[in-house]
Amino acid sequence: MATLHTRSAARMMMAPSVLLLFAWMIVPLVMTIYFSFIDYNLLMPSDNRFLGFLNYEFFLTDPAFFDALINTLVLVLSVLVITIVGGIALALLLDQPMFGQGIVRILVIAPFFIMPTVAALVWKNMFMNPVNGLFAYIWRLFGAQPVDWLANMPLFSIILIVAWQWLPFATLILLTALQSLSEEQKEAAEMDGAGFFSQFVYIILPHMARAITVVILIETIFLLSVFAEILVTTNGGPGTSSTNLTYLVYNRALLQFDIGGASAGGIIAVILANIVAIFLVRIVGKNLET
Amino acid sequence: MARRITTQRKVIVTAVAWTIGIVLFFPILWTFLTSFKSEADAIASPPQFLFFHWTTENYLEVQSRSNYFSHFLNSVIISFGSTLLGLIIAVPSAWAMAFSPTKRTKDVLMWMLSTKMMPAVGALIPIYLLFRNTGLLDSRIGLVVVLMLINLPIIIWMLYTYFKEIPGEILEAARMDGASLSKEIIYVLTPMAVPGIASTLLLNIILSWNEAFWTLNLTASKAAPLTTFIASYSSPEGLFYAKLSAASTMAIAPILILGWFSQKQLVRGLTFGAVK
Repeated sequence: MATLHTRSAARMMMAPSVLLLFAWMIVPLVMTIYFSFIDYNLLMPSDNRFLGFLNYEFFLTDPAFFDALINTLVLVLSVLVITIVGGIALALLLDQPMFGQGIVRILVIAPFFIMPTVAALVWKNMFMNPVNGLFAYIWRLFGAQPVDWLANMPLFSIILIVAWQWLPFATLILLTALQSLSEEQKEAAEMDGAGFFSQFVYIILPHMARAITVVILIETIFLLSVFAEILVTTNGGPGTSSTNLTYLVYNRALLQFDIGGASAGGIIAVILANIVAIFLVRIVGKNLET
Repeated sequence: MARRITTQRKVIVTAVAWTIGIVLFFPILWTFLTSFKSEADAIASPPQFLFFHWTTENYLEVQSRSNYFSHFLNSVIISFGSTLLGLIIAVPSAWAMAFSPTKRTKDVLMWMLSTKMMPAVGALIPIYLLFRNTGLLDSRIGLVVVLMLINLPIIIWMLYTYFKEIPGEILEAARMDGASLSKEIIYVLTPMAVPGIASTLLLNIILSWNEAFWTLNLTASKAAPLTTFIASYSSPEGLFYAKLSAASTMAIAPILILGWFSQKQLVRGLTFGAVK
């Protein structure tokens, strides 16, 4: 009887969160799908007539979509490579005995806590500005022509800024995983005559495998939606050279007021993110059982 | 037996690690230093590191020109509001799943996680239009609700992993001693759950403070938190590096301090308990 009682109580306790999340997931999605099939522009009075897949056709055949897709992939993959490789190296380094380990850890972690608009504007103005930026000063110091980073290499510059924000995250997670590796295991390997390289390949890397996967998948989810960094630095430009999918949908919806077309883009972004999400849910799910 | 570590090696490791640490931290340090410069010193060439005329005028100016603290207050209200609201909804839910799990509990948790995977642009358009039509655009309450919803899965997951670690035997012991359900909750469970709830609160305040998709799209001026306010510096008028730095320093300092205290919780919260 007690269990029956607690079970219904448990259901009552879970109901608000389940209902809220369900509504949050389903209502906007259904509305976006609906908008994506109709002619809906905030500037032009229209009859909201049904367009079939016309919005999708326009969005997918727009050259801007292809650029945005490539930019999104380049951004996500570059940041992943930089943060994973850098994160493994930094985690290995920070795991060594040293003086002031706690302080170094704090210094390395710090960029993750900086709000995106601050990070992007500080880099844009105080480092990448071709006249007053620190990089320009260093370039001149060596007699080189200062680079106008955000005008000439907009995507690369944004990758740099985003990687700076996410490197600490990868480092922190990988370091946590590394520290759970038992000393005995490393000692045994050392006694068997394993050098650093074979220790790294056969013991450390397999031990960190799950953490690396988790970092890749979580970063991917966030990196697919990079927005503020682009908004305050390049506005997606010049042209579409630093527009990603998220920014393109924002641009269509809130700058061009084409609700129908933007909704089609939003649905395409949802589909792409879901492909990634399926993998993440599986991996975390596997972990729950152990 | 601990492994032998030569002092020489330790010194080299220290030097390399400190160099990398300082390089990564440098943009933040530079922002902090620049916030105390005059606008002329801020763009001086060669750059001035420590020997400039230190001034606090930027901080005063940022406040008097654009009412900085109203935006700071918006950030506080939005991040604390969404976190507390989230906790009120999440604590009973995580509690139920941790202490009376059914065979569907795991599926529910996975489903909650999957809602977090929905990219924000998929919901932006309807939410924007709904807010516009109901007058919620540029309102704090609207943002509190949206940020609560996007962080709810993380809150529930984090609480769940903490509650899971509370041993069930202790409940049985309390019941044997004749404790009623309400006494059980007040005297036995709550003291054990508080650390987990506090960690969740901390991480979630950090996440909502720095959230920059919904805040940028749903606020303009009145309810604008610091993320939106700082973004207004992207269209400069005249010299502004020192003022940008002062505004930025005040925006990041509280979270940086909170963040340093919550490194461990961060790992657990952001990996949904997969890495501890």
